Amino acid sequence: MLWEVDIYPAPGQPDVVAEQVRHDGLDLGIHGAWQVAAGRGYLVEGDFTHAQVQRLAEELFADPVVERFVIGQAGDSVLLEPPGPDMHPVYVLPKPGVMDPVAMSAAAAIEDFGWHARAVRTFRKYWFSGLSHNDLRRICQKILANDAIEQVIFGPLPFRTLEQGRPYEFRLITVPLREMDDQALLRLSREGQLFLSLVEMRTIRDFYRSLGRDPTDVELETLAQTWSEHCSHKTLTGQISYRDEQRQIQFQNMLKETIFAATHEIRRRLGDRDWCVSVFEDNAGVVKFDDDYHVVFKVETHNHPSALEPYGGANTGIGGVIRDPMGTGLGAKPICNTDVFCFAPPDISHDELPPGVLHPRRVMKGVVAGVRDYGNRMGIPTVNGAVYFDRRYLGNPLVYCGNVGLLPRDKAHKAAQPGDLIVLVGGRTGRDGIHGATFSSAELTTESETLSGGAVQIGNAITEKMLLDVLLVARDRGLYHAVTDCGAGGLSSAVGEMGRAIGAEVDLERVPLKYEGLSYAEIWISEAQERMVLAVPEEKWPELQELFASEGVEATAIGRFVPTGRLVLRYQGHQVADLSMEFLHKGRPAVVREAVYAPASTVPMVLPPECEINWTADLIAILGSLNVCSKEWIIRQYDHEVQGGSAIKPLVGRWNDGPSDAAVLRPVLSSYRGLVIACGMNPKYGDYDTYWMAAAAIDEAVRNCVAVGADPSRIAILDNFCWGNTDRPEVLGSLVRAALACHDVAVALGTPFISGKDSLNNEFRLSETETITIPPSLLISALGQVDDVRRCVTMDLKQPGNAIYIVGTTADELGGSHWAEIHGLSGGTVPRWDGERARGVFEAMHRAIMTGCVRACHDLSEGGLAVAIAEMAFAGEFGAEIDLDAVPCASSDLGPVVRLFSESNSRFLCEVPVERASAFEGLFAGLPIARLGTVQEKPHLVVKWRGQTLIDTAVENLKRAWKQPLAW
Amino acid sequence: MAKPRVLVLRAPGTNCDVETAYAFEQAGAIAERLHIARLLERPALLRDFQILCVPGGFSYGDDVAAGRILALQIRHHLLAAIREFHERDRLILGICNGFQVLLKAGIILPPDSDGKPVATLTWNDTARYEDRWVYLSVVSDRCVFLRGIRELQLPVAHAEGKFVVRDADWLEQLVRQGHVALCYQMPGPAGTTTAQNIASQPWQMRVPYPWNPNGSMGNVAGVCDATGRIFGLMPHPERFIDVTHHPRWTRDERYDPPHGLIIFRNAVSYFE
Repeated sequence: MLWEVDIYPAPGQPDVVAEQVRHDGLDLGIHGAWQVAAGRGYLVEGDFTHAQVQRLAEELFADPVVERFVIGQAGDSVLLEPPGPDMHPVYVLPKPGVMDPVAMSAAAAIEDFGWHARAVRTFRKYWFSGLSHNDLRRICQKILANDAIEQVIFGPLPFRTLEQGRPYEFRLITVPLREMDDQALLRLSREGQLFLSLVEMRTIRDFYRSLGRDPTDVELETLAQTWSEHCSHKTLTGQISYRDEQRQIQFQNMLKETIFAATHEIRRRLGDRDWCVSVFEDNAGVVKFDDDYHVVFKVETHNHPSALEPYGGANTGIGGVIRDPMGTGLGAKPICNTDVFCFAPPDISHDELPPGVLHPRRVMKGVVAGVRDYGNRMGIPTVNGAVYFDRRYLGNPLVYCGNVGLLPRDKAHKAAQPGDLIVLVGGRTGRDGIHGATFSSAELTTESETLSGGAVQIGNAITEKMLLDVLLVARDRGLYHAVTDCGAGGLSSAVGEMGRAIGAEVDLERVPLKYEGLSYAEIWISEAQERMVLAVPEEKWPELQELFASEGVEATAIGRFVPTGRLVLRYQGHQVADLSMEFLHKGRPAVVREAVYAPASTVPMVLPPECEINWTADLIAILGSLNVCSKEWIIRQYDHEVQGGSAIKPLVGRWNDGPSDAAVLRPVLSSYRGLVIACGMNPKYGDYDTYWMAAAAIDEAVRNCVAVGADPSRIAILDNFCWGNTDRPEVLGSLVRAALACHDVAVALGTPFISGKDSLNNEFRLSETETITIPPSLLISALGQVDDVRRCVTMDLKQPGNAIYIVGTTADELGGSHWAEIHGLSGGTVPRWDGERARGVFEAMHRAIMTGCVRACHDLSEGGLAVAIAEMAFAGEFGAEIDLDAVPCASSDLGPVVRLFSESNSRFLCEVPVERASAFEGLFAGLPIARLGTVQEKPHLVVKWRGQTLIDTAVENLKRAWKQPLAW
Repeated sequence: MAKPRVLVLRAPGTNCDVETAYAFEQAGAIAERLHIARLLERPALLRDFQILCVPGGFSYGDDVAAGRILALQIRHHLLAAIREFHERDRLILGICNGFQVLLKAGIILPPDSDGKPVATLTWNDTARYEDRWVYLSVVSDRCVFLRGIRELQLPVAHAEGKFVVRDADWLEQLVRQGHVALCYQMPGPAGTTTAQNIASQPWQMRVPYPWNPNGSMGNVAGVCDATGRIFGLMPHPERFIDVTHHPRWTRDERYDPPHGLIIFRNAVSYFE
């Protein structure tokens, strides 16, 4: 029997969901007198009486104080009684096989009543009247449901059972590869979603010719996954021949010779003061923190899944990156999350959207909700992030998720041993997430949704939280030799990696499944979430099994690491794969690429005459631009205080709403030693020169950390490259150029890269001839440290009468600036970078903060000096009066536009108590600083230049402009 | 007097158990985090403790509704043990998700004469999760945990924290009977840092968003039982046990002792 329980707001309670649908409908341009009512419900299959279902509805499903419910068997007329005249029902429910965490929990709760449900599924139910057929379809498509994961049913439910999955009958599939010519190989690569190149396909074919047999399907899948861009980063670690205006470089392994090399050089220089522990090896980079702990940091992207299904994509993006620290060393405890998003502007009209593209507003809401629901449920504070808007992210938004973990010092290294059991722990395996690794490596098209919908998943945070709780206990009891997460590529990747130096045998029928019907190949490559793989010594297996069972977490021995150098897969006793680890991990032909960089031609920026500039209006326009404006709507949806270590929050100031430069937290509650988390990114500069773009991003990430008090000699950074199609030499050229900057800047600052990731092919193909390529998007994430968080400072002005200082040199660098953008001006130069000066400024700033000379400190970035002083003023709810004449400039003839709005690197504003002013100045001897003015009681921002007042406005006007755009 | 022992109950999805146990220890107790499965196996374990705390988090993912599934488990299997525990002059505290659990399990507020609940915690008016600091007034002198406190600043972080009573009469009755213990409050006039000190009847004021962060009826942020020994609140006291927890400590708003710590100390000193 299939029972349906519909739940609606009780009479007198607001129908919040319906109001939102109506609002979104009006947004779509669907006006008129249409009505909507909304409910949600449960389908419960099992042998229940009406009275039992009644009791479930009363006690489990509905809240008797604020909700009412209707129950019946699916199709009963009582379920079709409209809540208003002429209203017709629409059901939205997850497609079969899509993760439905609420249904899983409900099924378990029903067991607690002593009853058994064969299956449970949730749904949402809407009632509409007064809509044309066409408008109703649009509402369903654009607002209510996402085709990638949900189905829409008009009218009564057409089915009477929820059963899914049919028994699978084993049949070994081999692929006749040996006879294939180039054309056939390419077709197989594309249609089989292998996404391998012709050279790679030929290599595989020739390998099997030499073996005298054809590959099985699962062998081919394993090779495709292991050799995918997503898993092997073959382009950037490949041979690249690079050429720009000055030089020609032949790289054997580009990343190794640029970014890794910088870290190597820094560590060599540090000698026995080296504080890196494990870099570019494990699932996350590891550095020293205190006498007991290391910290680990990893940032990943989840762009393509988020383009198709923003909620699920971002949800599993954060879920996945949390498993990286959990799978680093013997397992770190995740202590904070970061997230950075790139979207198209949310005010784009629906008519401008190409087919197959979700509206950026919907993408943004879905992504934010996806990160929120996973991070909050995991109990991990999300403390830092950023959002960038550019039209070129329209079909291909970017979702960067990061996680920091705390790792006991004696748990930093792992190694599976021959004879260890391969133990799969956590969630069950289903058909969700097939081909994610290979799909992520391809470009998106208008058809991606239909072709690759199976790659999209929904996470279940509680499964991962339960796994985390018990994993850390197992770690501390020493119950396993190694751990890694099952991410892209599923078991294929996790077991293949962990056993690469040994060999592994797996019996695939042992893998616990969500439902019947998966083939052995699907089991092997499924990317179902919330799973990890452990290498467990035989003698510890009983204790581990018991521990996991005691908290309801599944742990299953599915095979063994054996010293054969081979990967052998079996299904019900049949051998389905036998691959040499050597060929799997080393057989891939090197990728050889050309990279060319031609810098954009430099034309000077033509400034309007000063007398035509409305300074206040310009400042307000920049404050209200999407990249600069307040992100409070997002920040507050994340729990940023859970785990109890919050010391500097992402929002600061008199009313807790000013933009903090970085977050600070105490990961060990009994200590005041702190971690500082920040980021830097500016895709706009990439249109001018990706070298300076990368330099600016690193400078920004580091100076954000320094601004709150981090020690500049203890900052570790991560790179995340999101680029277009690097098969095109000029696209790859722009990336290599950024990597060269990463090397140079890291070495100059002594700031090591400890981990990184790249995501290439971020393009959206509109048609055969038209493609939207994202701008070069390099995110730099920074992890700083501070001895005592009680010395940290925030950016809000604190005390009238205190002096305001600028630190650093301002140059004519308006190219790519926000001021240029609001005026539609191009040309000019982007900010350059001077390593010696940056290092000097950062070190002096750190000393100034540590010696208590600084009451407030804010970095100068988007919008330059004008935005920085405005933010400091309205965050502190005090005024400020500053004079631009004093600003230290690269040349003395620079006018007020440059002084106010240039975005030159390595600069700060500081509030300094008058009695500390000489001490403060002393610390900056030989460095560019100047006193610009004073903090004022009256909350007005006053900016002067050569005796004239350019700006005199109430800070509340500035704050309003800054808060309004994304106050959704 | 020996230190009181605190059972910090955790279930799948509980995520504030570590810092809540730490807060109790800072206040002078001995805290033990215990999985619900252990307590279901042996409800008598409760007898080893003086304080039961259900901390914050997302028990069972808050699937179906916040706290609902854990509340049902407690109702099905632990009600008798908890009643016995309470009758032996013990304390029970529910924070955020723990408040949702205790309220929905029927442990804090008495049901009506038909045995139906009169109040619940449901979706915020904003229909979304929010983390922000609030100003609070103590309005009942009965609650053991709030003894000696008039005002508090604490953070809230929840999506389903709107306190709803069946109707205004029931709210009056809960107030009259001293169940309403803690109310959201407006901040004081500009330049001051404490809550507005009017508050003779804060459940009757109109406290607008965001100061009443979820739209709770009567601005109710926390309630206690008739004895004052069972207390549930949406704000997180364990997130303000150090000076540096306050969002404006860098602006010289330094509260020592931090407001959250006072609540835990009150619980501990009940046994001194």
